[in-house]
Amino acid sequence: MVIDLDRCTGCAACEVACKSENNLATVSPEQAEMGRAMSWMKVISEVEGEFPNSTLQFFPRPCMHCDNPPCVKVCPVSATYLGEDGIVGQIYARCIGCRYCANACPYTVKYFNWYGPEWSESELQHLNPDVSVRPKGVIEKCTFCHHRLQKAKEDARAEGRELREEDFQPACAEICPTRAIIFGDLDDPTHRVATLKDDPRSMRLMEELGTEPKVYYLRSRA
Amino acid sequence: MRPEVRDRLARMHPDERALLRPLVETTRTFYIFAAILGVVVLWGLFAYYQQMRYGLGRTGMNRPAYWGIYIISFVFFIGISHAGTLISAILRVCKAEWRRSITRSAELITVLVIGFGAIQPVFDLGRPDRLLNIFFHAHLTSPLLWDVLSIGLYFMSCTIYLYVPLLPDLALIRDSGIKAPWLYRILAGGYQDTPKQRAVLERVIGALSVAVIPIAISVHTIIGWIFAMTLRPMWHSTIFGPYFVMGAIYSGIAAILVAMVVLRRVYRLEQYFKDIHFDYLGQMLLLFSLLWLYFTFAEYLTAFYGAEPAVMRTFWAKVSGPFAVPFWAMVAGCFVIPFGLMARKATRTPGGTLVAGIAVVIGMWLERYNIVVPTSVNPRWELESIGHYLPSWVELSILAASFAGFILLYMVATKFVPIVSIWEIKEGREHSAQEVSRRVSEYLPDTPVLTTVGDSK
Repeated sequence: MVIDLDRCTGCAACEVACKSENNLATVSPEQAEMGRAMSWMKVISEVEGEFPNSTLQFFPRPCMHCDNPPCVKVCPVSATYLGEDGIVGQIYARCIGCRYCANACPYTVKYFNWYGPEWSESELQHLNPDVSVRPKGVIEKCTFCHHRLQKAKEDARAEGRELREEDFQPACAEICPTRAIIFGDLDDPTHRVATLKDDPRSMRLMEELGTEPKVYYLRSRA
Repeated sequence: MRPEVRDRLARMHPDERALLRPLVETTRTFYIFAAILGVVVLWGLFAYYQQMRYGLGRTGMNRPAYWGIYIISFVFFIGISHAGTLISAILRVCKAEWRRSITRSAELITVLVIGFGAIQPVFDLGRPDRLLNIFFHAHLTSPLLWDVLSIGLYFMSCTIYLYVPLLPDLALIRDSGIKAPWLYRILAGGYQDTPKQRAVLERVIGALSVAVIPIAISVHTIIGWIFAMTLRPMWHSTIFGPYFVMGAIYSGIAAILVAMVVLRRVYRLEQYFKDIHFDYLGQMLLLFSLLWLYFTFAEYLTAFYGAEPAVMRTFWAKVSGPFAVPFWAMVAGCFVIPFGLMARKATRTPGGTLVAGIAVVIGMWLERYNIVVPTSVNPRWELESIGHYLPSWVELSILAASFAGFILLYMVATKFVPIVSIWEIKEGREHSAQEVSRRVSEYLPDTPVLTTVGDSK
C-alpha cells in the first residue's frame, strides 16, 4: 500500500469505509473517551509549525503489515501470523487475549475487544457477511481486507486468468476520493505501487526498527 | 487444646513443644483475621465474576494502556516468591548456619505466592477459556510461552524443595499423634528418620538447593524479557533480565522480614527469630538497596544519555511528568527508607526491619507499576495520542483479594506445618556446633609453624 500524504485531505472516508466493510463494533462515547474506540484505519493529524504559520498534516494509519512483524514473534499461540501473501492476519478463534502483540506493535495498530461487540440498529442491517465479527476478549486489526483478496482470487481462478491490480482493492483505497491510497502488489512491477514505492518522496514509518512495513508514505516535505 | 494433646506436647523436647504449639492451639484473633481476609477474597471473586461476565472492559485498561494492575501484580508476586528459594538455597549452599530457623518460613512464602502470581496473567486474559491454546498452539518464539514453562518448572521444583525438608517434621507430627493422624500418615509417607533415610534426605536437599537457584533466576529473567523483547521505549533494554532478578530477591527478602516479625510476635518465636537474624537479613536488605540503586541508576542514565526522543518521552513522564509521584515514592520505598534504616545497626532490629520491609514491598510494587504503565501509555509513534490509565474497582478488588488470599493461605499453612524447621534446629544444636569448629580448623594451616626469635640468622 502506498499513501500519498500530499493528496490526503483528512476527510476520513477511509476510516468510515473500513468500519463498515469490516464490521467494526460501535463503541459508546464514554468508552471512546477511555481509549477504547476501534478504528483499523485511523487518520492521525499533526499540526506542524507555530501559529499563524502552521499547517495540518494527515497520516492515515492502517496496519503496516510488516515483513518482520514484532507482533507475530511474541504471540504465544500463533494467533497473529504472516501469511504467504504478505498480509499479517489474526485468528480470532484462537486468540487468548493476552494483548502481548498489541504491546509489541510499535505502530499501536492492534485493537482489543474490551466488551462484546455492539452495533446500532441501523448498522445491524448492514453487517458485511464476508467478514467474521469478533467476540469479546480478542485482538483485531486491519487485514488489508483479506476477504476481498480471497474472493478476487477465486474469481480470477474461475475465469482462468491472473489476478489483476483492480481485482483486489481494500475498502479504504477504493473509497479514497483523492486517490491518495494506492493499493497493489509491491512485488509485481506492473502494479502502480511497485513504482511509487521507489518515488523520491517515499518513506516508511519507523523504518529504522527493521520491521519492514509494507505501507509506504509519499510526502514532499521531509 | 484437648488434655491428651497437652500431655503429649508437655512430654516433648522443648524445641518441638514451642514449634508445634501453633499447630494445635488457635487463638480467636486468628479466626477473626482469617474471616476478614476470607471476606476480601470473596469480594475479589465477585469482582472477577463481573469481569468474566462483561469483559475486560470492567477494568481501567484501554488502548494503548493494554496492560495494568494484573501484569504489575504478576511481576510483583512472582518476585516475592524469590524469597524462599533463593534465600534458603543460597544460605544452604553457603553453609550459613544462621539460616536454620528462617528457611521454612521463607520456602513456604515461595510456594504459596507462586500460585497468586501465576494466576494474574489469567485474570488479564481476554479469553481465559482458551488458556490451553498455549499448549495446543504453542509458539516457541513467544517469551510468554517461555514464561509459562519456566514458572511451571519453578513451581514444581519449589514445591519439592519445600516438601523434602518437611518430611522429618511431618513424621514427627505423625508419630506424636497431636494432630490429624490420617493426614500426616499420608504426608509423611514411610519416613522414619533412620540414619540412612536422613543421609539420603540431606543429599537430596543438597542437590535441590543447587538446582533451584538457576531455575529461580531463569523465572524472573524471563519475566523481564517479556518486556525487554518488545521494541517499546524503556522496555527494550538488556538490563531487564538481571534487574528483575535483583528486584525479585530484594522484594523477597523484604517479604521474609515482614513475615518473620509477624510470626515472631503471634507465635512467640523470639527464641528462634532472634535479633541476630534480623541483623543479618537487614544487612542483606542493605546490600540489595544499594544494588537496586545501582541498577536503577544504570538503567535511567543509559536511557537519558542516549536521549532518543521516543525514550525521552517515557523518561520524563516518569521522572517529572504524570508518573513523578509513583516514581519518587518508589525511590523512597526502595532506597531512601531501607538504606537509611538498614545502614545503622541500631535500626536493624525487628521493628526497623519491619518498616524497611514494608517500604521495600510497596516500593517494589511501585517499581513494576513504573515499568508497565508509563511505557504503555507513551506509544513509540509521537503522533499517536498519549494514553492514560486508572485502575477500576474490579482490578483493585482483585489486587486486594490476591494479597488477602496469600496471607490467608500462609496463616492456614502455619497451622499445618511447623513454621520453623524442627529437625534442622535440633540438628544445629546436636551436630553443627562441632561441625563448624571442625570446618574452621580446616581453613587454617594444619600445624602452627613455630619459629623462635633468633633462628633466622
